Amino acid sequence: MRIPCPYCGPRDVGEFTYQGDATVTRPDPASTDQDGWNRYVYDRANPAGKHSEVWQHSGGCRAHLIVERDTLTHAVGAVRYARGSATKAAARPAAKAAAKKTSPRKPATRAKAGK
Amino acid sequence: MVERESPLGAAYTPGRHGVADKPGAQISEPRPGSIVEIVAWPGSEKAALAAIKGATGLTLPDRPGGGASKAGKSAFGFAPGRWLVIDQAEGLGPALRAAVDSETGTVTDLSHGRTAIRIEGVRAEWVLSKFFAIDFSVEAFPVGEGRSTAHHDIFTQIQRTGDDRFDVYVFRSFARAFWTSLCHASEEVGYEVS
Repeated sequence: MRIPCPYCGPRDVGEFTYQGDATVTRPDPASTDQDGWNRYVYDRANPAGKHSEVWQHSGGCRAHLIVERDTLTHAVGAVRYARGSATKAAARPAAKAAAKKTSPRKPATRAKAGK
Repeated sequence: MVERESPLGAAYTPGRHGVADKPGAQISEPRPGSIVEIVAWPGSEKAALAAIKGATGLTLPDRPGGGASKAGKSAFGFAPGRWLVIDQAEGLGPALRAAVDSETGTVTDLSHGRTAIRIEGVRAEWVLSKFFAIDFSVEAFPVGEGRSTAHHDIFTQIQRTGDDRFDVYVFRSFARAFWTSLCHASEEVGYEVS
């Protein structure tokens, strides 16, 4: 399983740390709604299929990411920075350009792995 | 100035090892006088790049991993809004602190916290590929650029400073262990420590 980090490019999942469900929203810190807090801390949908998760690229750029992942197939979809606009400057067009540039190398890499 | 001591200790063994005739890799410890981390507040990335340029004369491309290296000075991006700036001379920390104001970001002097290890030679890519699951080919990792990755929890920042040359920055406390592993990994291609 590989996760395409918006900064570093595709990296092995071993470089990432899972940080939980990205679909839950924290209640207002001043809230005393026990049920609300209980839902935030414990209740999870546990979907079989598409899921939105928080991962940290802890073995790389250390950015927190929102990763769309399919829990049945482990297919990784869209990946974006968890802190939205903050890193627009770094949210590179180069990611696509780099992917294009390196694409001719990919078959070679696979062939090597297959041997 | 306090005299700095290498963390490599007895693991630093100058000379040729492994294959005797033609070493495939040269490994050395450049011992830069300054290693400084710059972090820009979100939105201030361009101002930080300008400050780095003002203090070092290095023009960094504004893209992930963008870096440059010139006349004993190097800098590269290793995370969103973060750069590592290295100077062979001491005193870069105060210079950058003067150049990066608190509205732009922060400056952390890591000169004594990181150790630089240089590996160069025709087999340098091969040796590093045994450690890190990233593409070291010059097309995917151009000269000047930086990468953050890790090998068994030894967090590593790597800058390619030449076609066959890589500067690897690790925590000082891990430097001897990493150096020793690097020497073991280079044995099959032959290496020279200088």
